[in-house]
Order: sequence, then C-alpha cells, then structure tokens
Amino acid sequence: MCKLNEVPLGATCLIKSINNDIGIKRRFYDLGLIPKVEVTSLFKSPLGDPTAYLIKGSIIAIRREDAKKVEVELI
Amino acid sequence: MENIKITLMGNPNVGKSTIFNALTGLKQHTGNWTGKTVDTAMGICKYNNKVYEIYDLPGTYSLFVHSEEERVARDFLCFNKSKVTIMVCDSTLIERNLNLVLQTLEITKNVVVCLNLYDEALKNDINIDVERLSNILKVPVVVTNASKGVGINKLMEEVEKLAVKSINESFITTYDKDIELSIEKLSKHLENKKININTRWLSLRLLEDDKTLIKSLNQELNYDIYEDDELIRLLDKERKEDINEKVVSQILLNAKNITEACVSYNNKNYQERNRKIDKILTSKITGIPIMLILFLFVFWITITGANYPSELLSNFLFSLEEPLYNLLSFLPDFIRNTIVYGGYRVLAWVVSVMLPPMAIFFPLFTILEDSGYLPRIAFNLDRFFKKCSACGKQALTMCMGFGCNAVGVTGCRIIDSKRERLIAILTNSFVPCNGRFPMIIAIITIFFVGLNNTFTSSLLSALLLVLVICFSVFITLIISKILSKTILKGMPSSFILELPPYRKPQYLKVIVRSIIDRTLYVLGRAVVVAIPAGIIIYILSNVYIGSLSILTICTNFLDPFADLLGLDGVILFAFILGFPANEIVVPIIIMAYMKSGVLIEYESLASLKEILVNNGWTILTAINFIIFALIHFPCSTTLLTIKKETKSIKWTILSFVIPLFVGISLCFIVTSVYRLILLI
Ligand SMILES: Nc1nc2c(ncn2[C@@H]2O[C@H](COP(=O)(O)OP(=O)(O)OP(=O)(O)O)[C@@H](O)[C@H]2O)c(=O)[nH]1
Ligand SMILES: [Mg+2]
Repeated sequence: MCKLNEVPLGATCLIKSINNDIGIKRRFYDLGLIPKVEVTSLFKSPLGDPTAYLIKGSIIAIRREDAKKVEVELI
Repeated sequence: MENIKITLMGNPNVGKSTIFNALTGLKQHTGNWTGKTVDTAMGICKYNNKVYEIYDLPGTYSLFVHSEEERVARDFLCFNKSKVTIMVCDSTLIERNLNLVLQTLEITKNVVVCLNLYDEALKNDINIDVERLSNILKVPVVVTNASKGVGINKLMEEVEKLAVKSINESFITTYDKDIELSIEKLSKHLENKKININTRWLSLRLLEDDKTLIKSLNQELNYDIYEDDELIRLLDKERKEDINEKVVSQILLNAKNITEACVSYNNKNYQERNRKIDKILTSKITGIPIMLILFLFVFWITITGANYPSELLSNFLFSLEEPLYNLLSFLPDFIRNTIVYGGYRVLAWVVSVMLPPMAIFFPLFTILEDSGYLPRIAFNLDRFFKKCSACGKQALTMCMGFGCNAVGVTGCRIIDSKRERLIAILTNSFVPCNGRFPMIIAIITIFFVGLNNTFTSSLLSALLLVLVICFSVFITLIISKILSKTILKGMPSSFILELPPYRKPQYLKVIVRSIIDRTLYVLGRAVVVAIPAGIIIYILSNVYIGSLSILTICTNFLDPFADLLGLDGVILFAFILGFPANEIVVPIIIMAYMKSGVLIEYESLASLKEILVNNGWTILTAINFIIFALIHFPCSTTLLTIKKETKSIKWTILSFVIPLFVGISLCFIVTSVYRLILLI
C-alpha cells in the first residue's frame, strides 16, 4: 500500500481508496479515478509537480497534495 | 410553427462546438482543451423544412454540481426544456462519457448519443458495438467525425425522429432497495406538486440534499421546498448519510459494465506517439525552453510578417483621404477637417498598424490552441501558480488574454475555486492583449533594436518581446501571491487538468476563420472607437482658450505628475483617452505632438521615431511606456466583462485600481532609480 504520489514514473497501480475529502473525491470520480481502477504514472512537469497519470485512456494532471489523498497498491 | 429546441451536452473537449458549427454554420470557437466554451451559444439549423434551435453548452464531467459550469448545464437541462438532447461523447473514452450519459438519462429520456471523434477510435483500434450500445441504452446512437462533417446528417435524422416522437422508455439506473423505496415515497408526493421535472431524479437530488438544486427550484419554479412541510417531514425520515456515494458508485458501475459489453480495446499502447511528444514538451530540461522558443517563433513571424502589409494598407487608406476630403466639400471647413484629419486619419492609422499583426498572430495562436499544446503550458507552469496559492489553469486564461483580456476574464470560469478565479480575473490585464502588442513592438523596435530591417533585428525584437511577456508573467505571479496573502487569503485548492491528445490542427479552417473573425471584429471596433476619439482629439487640439489649445492645457496639467513616472502629460492623456480601446493610444500621442493636431501618415517607424525623439522621448520614456502599456488599467470592455463575471462593484473597482497602482509605482521606481544613477 502507498499513496498515488509515491508511485514511480512508468509504474502502474490499482486504486484502493480515496480519502474522504468530499470535494476532491467527486472530481476524481468524475474522471474515472475510482477504487479498483488501474492508474499509470506517466511524466512529471518540468518543475517536478504536478504529475500526469494515465487513467482509463485519458491523461490527467494531478498535484502532489491531491495525489496524496489516494491510496493505491502497486502491481 | 415554433422552433424545436435541441441541446448539445457532453464532457469537455469532445467536439460539441465543432458539431454545433457543423449544424448551424456558425463560428463558435473550438479548441483542443478542456473549457474552451464557457458560455452557452445558440444557433439555428434548418433540416427538412423544420427549424431547430441548437444550444451549445460548456462541457461538464457530471451533473452532480460542484462548479458553475455544471450548475449551468444541469439547470439548462432541468428548466429550459429542450425537445431533444444530443449527448456528445469521445469515442476513445466511452466509459467516462457514459457516466454523464447515464446521469442525463435520469433527467430526460429523449436523448441521441453521438459518438464523436470516431476517426480517433478507429485509428487506435478501439472497437465499438454501436448497435448493442443503442440496444442497452434504448436510445439512438450515431457515430460522427465532426471536423470532417461525417455523420452529421445521420445525427439530424435521428434528432428529427425524436422531435416527432419522443422516447418514453430508456435505460434507467436502479439503486439499492432502500434507496428505491425512498424514491418511491418522495416521487408520490412530488407528483402531486405538478412540477415539470422528472420526479425520480428530483427525489434523488432531494435525498442527497443538493443545496444548489433547491436554490434553483426556488428561483426558476418558485418552489420553496422548505415551505412544503410534508416534504420536509418525508425527507427527515428518508435521508441517509451516504446516499450520494451509493448513487454515484452505482452509476459508475453501470457505465463500466456497459462499456465492457460494447467496447473492446485491441491496441493497449495506443497513445505511444502522444507519450513521446509529451516527454519532449514537458521534460525537465526541454519543457520550458521549448515553450519560450515557441512563443519567440510566433512573435517573430508576427513582427516580420506584419511590416510590409502595414505599409501597403497605410498607403492605400491614406490615398483615399483626398477623395474623401473632396467628397465632403459641402461641409463647413472646420467640420470637414475634423472628420477627415481627425476621425478618418486615426481610423486609417489604427487599421494599418493593428490589423496585420493581428491577422498573423491570431491564426498562429489558434493553431497552437488546436494542437493541444495550451494545457501543457498550464501543466508546465502550475508549480509557480501553486507557490502563489493560485491555480495552474490561470496560465490558460492568460493565454486567452493575449487575444483579448475580456475573453481571458470570461475564460476564468474554468477555475473552480472562487478565490483562485478572482485572482485570475484581477490579474488578467497584466497580459498584453492584441490591442497593446503592436505599440509595444513598435517602441521596442525603435528604441532598443534599431530600424535596419534585417533578419537579426526582427529576431531581436521578438526576443525582447518574449522578455517583456516574461516580465508580465512575473508581475502576475507576484500580484497573485500578494492577493492570496491579503484580500484573497487562502490555501491553493486542488488542481486537476486533463491533457488532451495532440491533434493535427485544421490549418485551413483555422486560418481562414480567425482572419475573417478578427478582421471584422477589429474593423468594427476601430470604427466605433477610433473615429470619435480622432474627432475629439482634433477638436481639443484646435479649440483655443487664450493662447493654448484645450489639449495643451490638459497635457500641461498632467505633465508634473507624468514627469515623476518618466512619462509626459501627452502619454498619460493618451492612455486615459485610450480607455475604450488601447489601440488608439499611439495615434493620439502623435496627434498631440503635432502642433496642428494632425496625425501624420504612417510611413515607417523611422518617421515615428523622429516625432517621439523630437518630443523628448529617451530610453527612460520608452521603458516606462512599455511598463505602463503592460500595466495600467483594463480597457472598458474588459472592465464590463469583469463586472459581469464577478457581479460585484468592489472587485470591478479593485481590478481597475490594482494594476493602476502597480503600474504607477513601477514607473516611479524605475524613474527615480534611473535619475539617481544619473546624478551620481
Ligand atoms: N480528429 C477529430 N477531431 C475532432 C473531431 N471533432 C472535434 N475535433 C477536435 O477536437 C477539439 C475539441 O473540439 P471542440 O468542439 O472545441 O470541443 P468542445 O466539446 O466544444 O469543448 P469544450 O467547449 O471545451 O467543452 C478541436 O480541436 C476539434 O478540432 C473529430 O470528429 N475528429
Ligand atoms: Mg465548446
């Protein structure tokens, strides 16, 4: 178990749960970032943050603070 | 016969506006990024002798409201009953798009699902069983490639069918037993109220305690649920803690199951090429340099390309002056001179100096926008904005500001957090819009590069312009930071931005459209503002009180203050008169410098330089002029837009005062330091 922001670039993980911060949770849900979904960490911004993730075919940029709220399991 | 209302709904960046344009022949702006359209547009489409009113909504990810766009979209569906709703989907992202489709089907059943970007799905080996999807959803499904116009006819065919005969039974999500029971009880009560909204859906939202909907119900239908005692009693009994979570999950699960049943992805690595481009455009080493070089390139083409057409236009327009003068021979001399030497000359000046750079810059920029690069700029720069407790999407709104600050201000709607949106609105005018570009370029060229029109000199001008832009970004960041430490205190909220796939821009369409759109727009604005401004200036400089013209009296009055800023009274006065449109600042300055108040013909920058230098311009004046051109106050159009967007006098006033204060302070500091150094 680790946090989404700790997933190394290129690695794929499975989402376990999302922290109960209602605002961000909804946003994540809308984008398909829900438990049991596979997410791949793709690349980082030149300044190291945010990071772009591949989620169900689309690329979504997420800040470190927000990625911290997602528990994942590396696969 | 009444027009038939049709609504276009869907996720952001799926091609709604492109379909809208294909249907209506209108020129709604499209762009390859989330949030291009932020306002609802309406257009007319004639099909088989019937008239359809098509509404293009801003893109939304869901109808569970947490942002302004989502509220707009939901309320539009609920209260602006349209006959048919077209759900536009991205064929490469069916599952996420279905999520919104399923939510929409709960409000209205009369839906046509339009799988757009079908060409991209084919290219990526994504197989969609369209018939099966249609059978499951029990609504028609059409595939389209909107940018090529493929499938648009079929789409209208289906729309026509539903306009004649509505669907009464489409796919509906079923929830847990206890939720269904609660829905049933509430529906029964609501049905008696004769509200013209799907009661099942309304019950669900009330069970979730959706405050925004309760407010909208009150506003739109005059239905205050808090006055409905029985409903409140029912709700107290039925409401459960986590009902919303359950509802959302159920819809997501259904979207997933339907996708699995209808779509197969044969090529797992289908975005390989995109990934490679992104590695270069966003990498640690090359990301930001490439961004700067791109801007440099765009400016360089604009500067070199505009020179020659400017001269041509100027020669042409000024050659019309004499015939016009002769034509007006029936008028008294003073009026005739005012119209020709005042109004017409300023108009000719503005058009010949402003139009060519715009006609080059806009298409170039739109191509950049169409390619999908803009969101990467926001991605690259987000860290800076986060440090200032602002949102990375502000970079997008600043890019829009290059075109026109009013557009940039409206674009701020893509920023969810109200605090961060206000920061973006208040600082948008720091980005020089197209009305200010040409004058900044002119001054850079005259005072810092030199007038020998060579390859290196135009490159140097572009380079300096990039530096000026970097400076304005820097100021934007600093002011954003100060704002978020003072009157707009707060922590950075979340930032989530979709990076769309790179798409080949529709070069021809883009070029033709942005030139035509902009040409008309600029000409219109020039006529509206430049002519009266020219007339006023002419009168002011030719009506004398004592031995001085009114203009001289005004500028003399401003002189002492302007001198502190390293400017002169004429420049300040020109900026004040340029409030309706910054395009007229330079012509006004020249008119005021010419003793007769007559604008010279725009021949070349050399003649402009002569006038400026003869009137005391130095390097210091040039620096301060550029600073003040970047940072003074928003033009009247922008200010009105800010008023409209913030709905607040306070923020409108602040958006005027803050840049003015910053601009004056900067000029004052620069001037003082410069003079101090000269003293030593
Ligand atoms: N290849 C391809 N590109 C398309 C198609 N339809 C639209 N596009 C492109 O997709 C991008 C987005 O199109 P828009 O019409 O602006 O999308 P929108 O849904 O209005 O987006 P928002 O206003 O942000 O919600 C543009 O760059 C279009 O040129 C299509 O069928 N095929
Ligand atoms: Mg749009």
